[in-house]
Amino acid sequence: MKLIEAIIKPFKLDEVKDALNEIGIEGITVSEVKGYGRQKGHTELYRGAEYVVDFIPKIKMEIVVSDDLVTKVVETIQNTAKTGRIGDGKIFIISLEEAVRIRTGETGSDAI
Amino acid sequence: MKLKLYLAALMLVIMAGLIPVAALAEEKKEVAPVAAATTALPNAAPAVDAGKLDAAPAPPVAPANPAAVFNGADTAWVMISAALVFFMVPGLALFYGGMVRSKNVLSTLMHSFVVMGIVGVQWVVLGYTLSFGDDAGGGMLGKLNKFMLNGITPDTLFQFVASSANAIPEYVFVMFQGMFAIITIALISGALAERIKFSAYCIFALVWTTLVYDPICHWVWGPGGWLLGMGALDFAGGTVVHLSSGISALAVLIFLGKRHGFPTERMAPHNLPMTLLGVGMLWFGWFGFNAGSAVSANGTAALAFVTTLAAPAAAGLSWMFAEWIHSGKPSALGFGSGVVAGLVGITPAAGLVTPGAAIILGFAVGLVCYLAIMVKAKLKYDDSLDAFGIHGVGGIFGAIATGVLATVGAKGLIAGEPKQVITQIIAIVAAGAYAFIVTVIIAFVLDKTIGLRVEKEDEIMGLDQTQHSESGYNM
Repeated sequence: MKLIEAIIKPFKLDEVKDALNEIGIEGITVSEVKGYGRQKGHTELYRGAEYVVDFIPKIKMEIVVSDDLVTKVVETIQNTAKTGRIGDGKIFIISLEEAVRIRTGETGSDAI
Repeated sequence: MKLKLYLAALMLVIMAGLIPVAALAEEKKEVAPVAAATTALPNAAPAVDAGKLDAAPAPPVAPANPAAVFNGADTAWVMISAALVFFMVPGLALFYGGMVRSKNVLSTLMHSFVVMGIVGVQWVVLGYTLSFGDDAGGGMLGKLNKFMLNGITPDTLFQFVASSANAIPEYVFVMFQGMFAIITIALISGALAERIKFSAYCIFALVWTTLVYDPICHWVWGPGGWLLGMGALDFAGGTVVHLSSGISALAVLIFLGKRHGFPTERMAPHNLPMTLLGVGMLWFGWFGFNAGSAVSANGTAALAFVTTLAAPAAAGLSWMFAEWIHSGKPSALGFGSGVVAGLVGITPAAGLVTPGAAIILGFAVGLVCYLAIMVKAKLKYDDSLDAFGIHGVGGIFGAIATGVLATVGAKGLIAGEPKQVITQIIAIVAAGAYAFIVTVIIAFVLDKTIGLRVEKEDEIMGLDQTQHSESGYNM
């Protein structure tokens, strides 16, 4: 089991979600996050006061999959979230020890 | 020191701004439909209009001071106007509230709302009589003969223009003027936002309204007021409301100081849609503020209504284009700020200039206030929400421009009365200096006794939690 964490551009969320649905992923968790990488921030001007906004809004997706699906999911995310411009985001793959479905108590791959 | 330099720079800018304005206005003069009225009544509606409306064609000219006759149309209009001015207070609360950080939104809204309470009571008890009671001498202050509105009954009539019989119940006038007192102190709160102690603000509001607003109101509008007697023009409160609050905002800042982390920390507005809603409410209410100041449902009120659209519209555009050219993007906050600057600028001139002159005035005041705020950003003093930059500078500019552009019911420079500009400057300097000095004293005493500011820790936590034990937004 792996936890796939993808940081993507907010406007790509729907596209990525639909693509993941198509390959049979049944659940994802998303959150609105802020951060910066090579894209850096931008400046905003309010009545002459200039502020550098370091952190740019992004979407973080968390998907738990069994090992055999990892490559497919990563490829799908990469293909749909890509614009080719700086700031497209990153994908992290983390080994996962255990998962439990709260309602039934199932564990492991059955719980996903 | 920096403040002084800033003030000097502003004066220069204003003077420089006036030259082209005057020149432009001069060209317009022939075309502009100047009303035939020549009665140079200070601060008031031309008697001709007032008379024309209902009274059947009166014999040649009415006697100098006809007896007061109740006028229903005037009464209805001034009552509605008073409610419109009152509506500006929540408008201002939202305008300011959107510009602060989310941790201070409630405290900023409270600064506007609590003065509805404080000044609402003060005005009935003391404020009205200090402003509009019989003159106590020299045109400096009203007597206490109308303490607690003593002597006023539903039958008491109030004649705004002595030469016209039209009168409204005095209660209506009391309320209309009371709304002005409320909004004026609320304007100052823009400079104090995000760091003033709530208790200090409440005391400041009460003392300031009593010692600064009421006297200046008496000078300019009260019976026997000395600036009124001198012929200073202030149609709807450019000097009384905007100049006095703007200058006072600057004076409090001397003791209040900058917000913690200013100017390095990010202090961007937390909710600009709220601010723009506030601008809309202010503009809407301002039709009552300006057109209601004719204290009559007549042609002068109608003219003020027109200029209250034309000038802010032009000012919003001039600020927006100045910003577009200067910093690359036309911001929503910029347009809104320009509109407010235009409203401030046209206030003293509303019923006294032609619509064409109002557009010129609006265009100029938008640019002047934009410049003032750019200069402020360079000087790094912390007028959080630009109470001085917009109301102080816009108020001064509007008062001078009134002396230049007045052609309807009063004569300014372009109507061949250069002395009017001098009179306006005297009024500005007198009201400005008085407001500044007295406010410095009030602020100094408050700072040395209960303290003006919250503790640094409380300021960082936010005033909503530390002053009110509430949060504006709960998850």
